[in-house]
Amino acid sequence: MRRYNNRLGIRGWIYAGNYGLERYLYFLHRISGLGLIFYLLLHIGVTSARIYGGAAWEQTMSLLSGPAFKLGEYVLMAGAIFHAANGLRLIITELGMCIGTPGRQEYPYVSSVRKQRRLMIVVMIIIAVLLLISGVDFFIL
Amino acid sequence: MANFRIQRYDPEKDSRPYFQTYEVPVEQGMSILDCLFYIKERLDATLSFRASCRMGICGSCAMYINGLPRLACETQATSLATDTIEVRPLPNYEIIKDLVVDLSPLFEKHQRVRPWIIPYELEELDRPTKEYVQSPAELEKYLQFAYCLKCGLCLAACPTMATDNEFIGPQALAQAFRYNSDTRDGGDAERIAVVDTLHGLWRCHMAGACAEVCPKGVDPALAIQLMKREAVFGKKKERARLVDPRCGVTPLPGIPKAPEPTVKRSEGKR
Amino acid sequence: MRESRYWILSLGAAVCLVVLLGIHLSIMHLDTLLAYLGVVNADPLHYQAVMARGRSGGWVLAYILLLAFGLYHGLYGLRSVLSEVVSPTGQRLLTWAVVAVGFIAFTWGTYVVIKSSLMGGV
Ligand code: SF4
Ligand code: FES
Repeated sequence: MRRYNNRLGIRGWIYAGNYGLERYLYFLHRISGLGLIFYLLLHIGVTSARIYGGAAWEQTMSLLSGPAFKLGEYVLMAGAIFHAANGLRLIITELGMCIGTPGRQEYPYVSSVRKQRRLMIVVMIIIAVLLLISGVDFFIL
Repeated sequence: MANFRIQRYDPEKDSRPYFQTYEVPVEQGMSILDCLFYIKERLDATLSFRASCRMGICGSCAMYINGLPRLACETQATSLATDTIEVRPLPNYEIIKDLVVDLSPLFEKHQRVRPWIIPYELEELDRPTKEYVQSPAELEKYLQFAYCLKCGLCLAACPTMATDNEFIGPQALAQAFRYNSDTRDGGDAERIAVVDTLHGLWRCHMAGACAEVCPKGVDPALAIQLMKREAVFGKKKERARLVDPRCGVTPLPGIPKAPEPTVKRSEGKR
Repeated sequence: MRESRYWILSLGAAVCLVVLLGIHLSIMHLDTLLAYLGVVNADPLHYQAVMARGRSGGWVLAYILLLAFGLYHGLYGLRSVLSEVVSPTGQRLLTWAVVAVGFIAFTWGTYVVIKSSLMGGV
């Protein structure tokens, strides 16, 4: 008998219903991570211009200047800040801290995600502050 | 009156699912399952869904209701606070018909983690001579996880399950942890070998969706994270004491050997 | 090796990266902030500055560690994400492809760092 495959696919990473913020952070974490690893590979290539002498270096750098690149650099830095701070939260929770311990459950259930939510909010505030500070330093000062 | 938008799919007629709308006179106290029965009995007998206990204990009626996977019998229609109620089959499974999905991948993965007590002395399993002593504190280490219904909601919520067929899934991982946390059990190594793999524990990235939707407070996310810690750092397992039964029980002599099972167990094969 | 070993290594690399990359990024981009903290750092991207850093032993070590941790953590993550979309038959290939990319990138990166540390006159 024919079946209909109801697997959500990559779309399901992004949105699958009215879940808490953590499920969206899952997607943001992987997108920022993918961006950073591809940038790292690029970065290794670009910065190796220095072994071809000053002229080659200055030429590469002038190629990579201008407002678009500046914005791109900020986006990367924002990605790194998010990935780092959220990653620290994930290390804490994935090693079993701040998520509670097993025990008798009473309705309404308070799940492990709910127990780490305060940590998540603190981390998000830290990210926002860091983004603001680095943004000001980057573009204004 | 509430409008029910229900996803329909008949494998014999339709190439893809479509939506059909029904009007149901919702009253205080009606669960979504009651509404579905109303539709089936009075409006459209062709509607298929699965349910049995209608009291949140069999795990048959899992479906996707207004943006979250839930048990239809445990969801009050009025609690959704809207007149348009959308009911779809669970995501991340194959649809058999209408709201009925094939849960066999869930059961197969569940079986892979050996969800039964593997005693230290196999002899004790077949011919018990003593009793296990387990304190309430030891019981509470795994009790929460033992309430799993195998409803499959958690796999429908999990973002990794959305793409990864191979991922063993929150339900099975929680059960691996449940048996590993049982002081009567000595099967840790076997289960760790199953879950400490590329498509085991490490495909969980703490999105927490399984814990949010679990109708029994099993909290698979908690079990998985604690098990990650044990997989990395190891653990000191406490062992239940075996004591002599209080009143002398002598095993009857000449109890015949259990017959060979007639159904072959798939033993984690895919 | 059990999968958990790779995972905990990746976590360790992540913690080191937070520190190292934090320093790296502040020096390269956050000059005003550093000036407040009393570190004067005129143009970190100028060739002279780049090579001056490239010759100091501390920076050579820092760059190699950044490379190692960054590549390990990043490629482990890449493999994780891709393993969730690649078909079951492609999993081995995926692992080897990631190892190959890591090996090439690390070798080239280390070569550049060592080479520029040995380049005397600018
Ligand atoms: S863990 Fe919860 S959601 Fe998952 S199958 Fe068991 S009862 Fe259902
Ligand atoms: S019908 Fe049994 S759980 Fe809903």
